[in-house]
Amino acid sequence: MSDIVLRMEHVYKMFRKGEVFNSLRDLIPALTGKMFRRQELSETDKREFWALHDISFEVRRGEAFGIIGHNGAGKSTALKILSHIMKPTKGRIVVDGRLSALIEVTAGFHQDLTGRENIFLYGTIMGMRRREIASKLDDIIAFSGLEDFIDTPVKRYSSGMYARLGFSVAAHVQPDVMIVDEVLSVGDYVFQRKCVERMKEEIRRGAAVVFVSHNLKDIAAFCSSCLLLEKGRTVISGPTHEVISGYLKRFRTNGAGHLDNSPVTISKVTVRNEDGECLRFRSGDKAWIDIELRAHSPCRKLSVNLYITSNSNESVFDTSTERLGYGNFSLEAGDVYRCTFELTLNLANGIFHPSILVYRYDTQTAYDRWEPAAAVCVSSETDVRGSAHCFPKVIQREIQAASETGFALETGCALATQSDRN
Amino acid sequence: MKKELQELCDYRELLYMMIYRDIKVRYKQSVIGFLWAILMPTLIVLAGVVVRFGFALTAGKHLEMSEIASVAVKSVPWAFLVSSIRFSCSSLTGNVGLVTKIYFPKEIFPLGAILANFFDLCVASMALAVLLFVLRIGWSLELLWIPVLLLILVLLATGIGMMVSAGSLFFRDVKYIVDVILTFGIFFTPVFYDTGMFGDKGKWLLLNPVAPILEGFTACIVQHRGPDLHWLAYSVAFAVVAVLSGYVFFKHLEPAFAESI
Repeated sequence: MSDIVLRMEHVYKMFRKGEVFNSLRDLIPALTGKMFRRQELSETDKREFWALHDISFEVRRGEAFGIIGHNGAGKSTALKILSHIMKPTKGRIVVDGRLSALIEVTAGFHQDLTGRENIFLYGTIMGMRRREIASKLDDIIAFSGLEDFIDTPVKRYSSGMYARLGFSVAAHVQPDVMIVDEVLSVGDYVFQRKCVERMKEEIRRGAAVVFVSHNLKDIAAFCSSCLLLEKGRTVISGPTHEVISGYLKRFRTNGAGHLDNSPVTISKVTVRNEDGECLRFRSGDKAWIDIELRAHSPCRKLSVNLYITSNSNESVFDTSTERLGYGNFSLEAGDVYRCTFELTLNLANGIFHPSILVYRYDTQTAYDRWEPAAAVCVSSETDVRGSAHCFPKVIQREIQAASETGFALETGCALATQSDRN
Repeated sequence: MKKELQELCDYRELLYMMIYRDIKVRYKQSVIGFLWAILMPTLIVLAGVVVRFGFALTAGKHLEMSEIASVAVKSVPWAFLVSSIRFSCSSLTGNVGLVTKIYFPKEIFPLGAILANFFDLCVASMALAVLLFVLRIGWSLELLWIPVLLLILVLLATGIGMMVSAGSLFFRDVKYIVDVILTFGIFFTPVFYDTGMFGDKGKWLLLNPVAPILEGFTACIVQHRGPDLHWLAYSVAFAVVAVLSGYVFFKHLEPAFAESI
């Protein structure tokens, strides 16, 4: 058996824009009208709209593949074609094995049936056998955490419970190919973590996962390679860090604070480690950010500001050449200014975005801004979350035996991990 | 086509679940479920009795028990045909979420709707059996024809059901057209009357493929004789053609379902 479980080969998908006749009452007059006006037929060609244009990729067993892009880039169409709901206009899809799509995990539920009955209904919709579902039933119910409500009709569930039940069923299908579309946004934080763990488990088991999200953090956490779609075309395809930095580059030049006709503009920003341009860092690593400015007309008293925002757009760090004590600088037309910031990335797990601003403090003028200018994906061996990595250690831990006190008491934090190595 | 049938076979458990879902939801309150199953047949039988009573009055005759039995025996399968076509008509448009989100053979929807209605037919048949017992109709070996006639009826319903379900997905008003045809279809079908009443001209009414099946039910249950085999063969041919063309039509349009809904 080959290692490639999913392959998309030169897939094209065309939709027709404009009026669609969804009743005979409209269609019949339109058809009779068309018989008299033949030339109208050629006009329909102009309304063709290619939702996907020559998309190819392949996913191997045990690999997670990400698809990113703005709204309307063709992500959902790609997923629908992958899951066989739509046929491509041209091209071919090869799937080797059972495919399950977590596109909308609650679509199969029936309001009047109980949670238990819906597990069977949705399970069979996902292609499982009843016997198979019965054998996994306890796991599914336990995973959903809905033991107390499992015999209640789902119409009495809250939307969160609904989604949890749906995901729990979907998570137990054990497919060869799993298609995931933003479902990680359901449920509370604890359940989301559970889902992420479950997906990682599936990947380890050998499932191939196709993951669609606008959330770069999730993509970076899961996927080894991905594809950037824009207007139905492949912009970049390859290792995740390349695609993400490409995505950010496009995002930046397409607006977001980039000022035209400014006397001075940012021409280059790169983030690197000792070896060169880089996206992935470990907590505590050194990073260098190289910045290049070009002056188009004379400018006085400039400084370069660097600030870092977390994925949820909170500012976690902010500095500037002037505030670091290097004074301001002035440029003549045609001058090029280069500087490099050296940072120690005391950041926790996650994606962070350095942004660059060219600023004049006394007049409070912003000349050019790249926001975000790049992305850094920080990982840490210690299980720390948030923005800053404080290198935690637990220095005292003891358990006093119950025989001594009459109570079981645990002092110290459960977070006693490998952090001692730091 | 072989591949598609194989796929349908792989998803048979889903079909069971869909039927189970429909039945379970309908029979959740068991009394209401039972009433629902016999409501339409009962109304049709009562309407038929009124019509038959009118016929008898104009002819200056008494209404015979066998006539009431004959109306009842034809009303139950007719009620099945009408509701299974009606339910399969809305089976795709009523499950938009599933049609556009998850892949599986979509003919499961109309098939499930028809088979869930078949369950209703079975429930109604029990009530009918009681009625026939009260009317002292008796029994004979000809009753063995019933499964055959039912099979033809289900095939016919399946063929029509697949066509109208796919059709109503593309054109919303197909539903209304189907409703009108089903409402007035009873006048073109020998439910209240027998084609025998029209003498020689009766055979024109048998061109309606449902007619020989319903007449067959009367023949084997009430009159204790076999159905008219020539006309029944016509119905069988019609049903087989309907199923095949309905299936091909459905499968041909299926890839466009998600885009058009």
